Amino acid sequence: MIAEYGHIALIVALCLSVAQAIVPMAGSFAGYRTWMRLGHSLALGQLVFVAISFACLTAAFVQDDFSLQYVANNSNTLLPTQFKVSAVWGAHEGSLLLWALILAVWSAAVATFSGHLPLVLSSRVLSILGAISVGFGLFILLTSNPFARILPFSPTEGGDLNPLLQDFGLIVHPPMLYMGYVGFSVAFAFAVAALIGGQFDSAWARWARPWINSAWVFLTIGITLGSWWAYYELGWGGWWFWDPVENASLMPWLVGTALVHSISVTEKRGAFRSWTLLLAILAFSLSLLGTFLVRSGVLTSVHAFANDPERGIFILAFLGLVVGSSLLLFALRGPVVQRQKGDAEVVSYSGLSREMMLLLNNVLLVSAMAMILIGTLYPLIADVLDLGKISVGPPYFNFFFVPMALGLMVAMGFAVFSRWKKTDANSLLNKGMVPFLISLTAALILPLFLAESMSWETYSITAAITLGASFWVVTMSLEDLWQKLDRGSSKPGSRLTNMTKLPGSYWGMQVAHIGIAVCALGVGLSSVYDVQKDVRMVPGDRAEVAGYEFTFDSLDFVQGPNYGASRGQISAYKNDRLVAVLHPEKRKYEARNQVMTEAALDAGLTRDLYVSLGEPLKDDAWAIRLHVKPFVRCIWLGGLMIGLGGLLSVMDKRYRRRQPGALSKAQSAAQSGATALEVGAQ
Amino acid sequence: MHPLRKQRLQLVILLVVAAALVIGLVVYMLRENGNFFYTPAQIVSGEAPKSTFLRAGGMVVDGSVLRSDDSLWVQFKITDGVEMLTVEHTGILPDLFAEGEAAIASGKVDENLVLQATQILAKHDEKYTPPEVADAMNAAYKAKQEEKKEQGGSYK
Repeated sequence: MIAEYGHIALIVALCLSVAQAIVPMAGSFAGYRTWMRLGHSLALGQLVFVAISFACLTAAFVQDDFSLQYVANNSNTLLPTQFKVSAVWGAHEGSLLLWALILAVWSAAVATFSGHLPLVLSSRVLSILGAISVGFGLFILLTSNPFARILPFSPTEGGDLNPLLQDFGLIVHPPMLYMGYVGFSVAFAFAVAALIGGQFDSAWARWARPWINSAWVFLTIGITLGSWWAYYELGWGGWWFWDPVENASLMPWLVGTALVHSISVTEKRGAFRSWTLLLAILAFSLSLLGTFLVRSGVLTSVHAFANDPERGIFILAFLGLVVGSSLLLFALRGPVVQRQKGDAEVVSYSGLSREMMLLLNNVLLVSAMAMILIGTLYPLIADVLDLGKISVGPPYFNFFFVPMALGLMVAMGFAVFSRWKKTDANSLLNKGMVPFLISLTAALILPLFLAESMSWETYSITAAITLGASFWVVTMSLEDLWQKLDRGSSKPGSRLTNMTKLPGSYWGMQVAHIGIAVCALGVGLSSVYDVQKDVRMVPGDRAEVAGYEFTFDSLDFVQGPNYGASRGQISAYKNDRLVAVLHPEKRKYEARNQVMTEAALDAGLTRDLYVSLGEPLKDDAWAIRLHVKPFVRCIWLGGLMIGLGGLLSVMDKRYRRRQPGALSKAQSAAQSGATALEVGAQ
Repeated sequence: MHPLRKQRLQLVILLVVAAALVIGLVVYMLRENGNFFYTPAQIVSGEAPKSTFLRAGGMVVDGSVLRSDDSLWVQFKITDGVEMLTVEHTGILPDLFAEGEAAIASGKVDENLVLQATQILAKHDEKYTPPEVADAMNAAYKAKQEEKKEQGGSYK
């Protein structure tokens, strides 16, 4: 019965979302305040019913109700309970239900925390969110119902969850990623509501900013977790493959990053208005496109899509409707929004100013997104046009992405120091002098120490460029921080007072920028100095990789809850000192008869040792992959720092004041120049 | 010309030139780095280019996997039901690689029409067959059926 309750709850939630889409919007045009207020309670009601539905599906998994098709396909009595719960979003139907749940959470959050917004705006935002959840509710109920039964002959045992997904990374990665994807629906709803109302100014930007920043934080963390999961769970030590599924999450992130920056210009200077709106629409459209690419089967093949077109056509039509109607609205209303009646003067800025720097940031980020979009969709287009079956390899993506990322980092250093309206080129160059010299020195000298031998033959230009760019960002950021703390430093302890006075969004920007540098350092150095060896070993054999000596001690058999595994013991020595004992496994999951490599790693800030069992060869011999990966951990450390930076900015007190008086005070303070140097989360 | 218009014209020209450059570069890079898929029959017949990076896929022929005793060198044959292509690779084969299952190899074809693979991909769960392989197998199967029909007709 539980499944039926879940199904009914989902239908009730759909009905509520239909009402949420229509009533507040109609009320906002007719001027009925009660209708507009209804949106808030409808959003909360919808959350309750979607949550019930989700809880019912979870209960079906925990109770091994294999009469449900979805449970039978993705669970098994032997599956550990925590994976039974995460299996709820392990495949198509359940992950869409998770999407719907997260959308309901965001809508309810908007309903709860929008008390300080004008009622017309908040009701329209909720109404647009309601319309999106109608789309997803229909999609789930019509094409992907997780509560469909197999009756009367239900299986007594389930097909088990894909072993790759039986992992902690999968418990947390999809919910985080979806929080980000779906969070951009709030930015989208704010943008569409602004276009409908024709009102879009600094106040709007200040309202929307915490929502956009929090969605972006979730997406950042979600991508970082995904990369980390791929690294240790896929078993072969890669952390980014330019796979279409990864690209689908990176594209909204790039546009989201551009949005996070451009909205600060809209807030502080009232410029970039229609551009900000366009980015908000684009970020959500790319999130939907990502869902379409991953969920429609179009990636495995255009033909797979054509064979089972129901789901794909539905989501493609939904995508077309959302993107088409919002762009049409943008075309019609954009000019109205660009010129506000209250504008005292035309916003102007010179060729060298913070505005220009942020414009450069936006152009680079959006171009990077466009290149990835082309590379991701090109195989699909070629297939449809019968140009042959093509796959676009990593060299294409690296060729475009790496120079753009470096350009961004160079600009980032200057941007921190630049001022609104106009920046003096000489002072900028003066401030850049010391950081430039430090970075140059680091770039020239450090690669000598990082390479295996201290000679010019092993000197790596890539490492030098990476180090230079990363040091540049960090030193410029620190110099800016030092100058801010130095202000009025004649009094003792004034640095400490200054430190507490700096707003959260400033700290957020600093942490996120340094996070970018740390991440870049990890990416660059781990790709240059990574050493990998595939060797054939019998127990007792030794192999040397990058100064580490690995010995294959023994091999035995272990039994897990739903798998059996060959488990090797490999010890790593450096200079005859034992560094780590590693236990890589080759598992065989019984239900699916599927073999899986479980790598073993010894993690460290400056290097990871990574060992995986390949395949059994003749006699006792095994093919074994030994990896030494310097600085690879910096990639995810940097990702987490970027997310933390966004979080600091979300917590900035200035965006949480409710009273209108406080808002205008914050606004005037922001423009008076006292705090005008902060840029907010970037 | 009005100075403002002149400024705008310059901007437009700059944008057009930049866009043309970018598009040219993108098209070039896509061509350079797009790897085409070929069936074993296309490669064995010499239709596929030699010494360019490409992908080939099919079912691994039963009993065709040969391993070296002292290294990770491996040789096997893949088939689309029409022809058999020999693939050589040094390294670790993926978890789901098995005889009688689908696999995709990427690498370059040498003079002896042997694919020297740098990467071997197998299906990623037990239900999935790479669509290119399925298509190739289906096409080969259909071609065989038609051949049979024609032969059947000639007997009458």
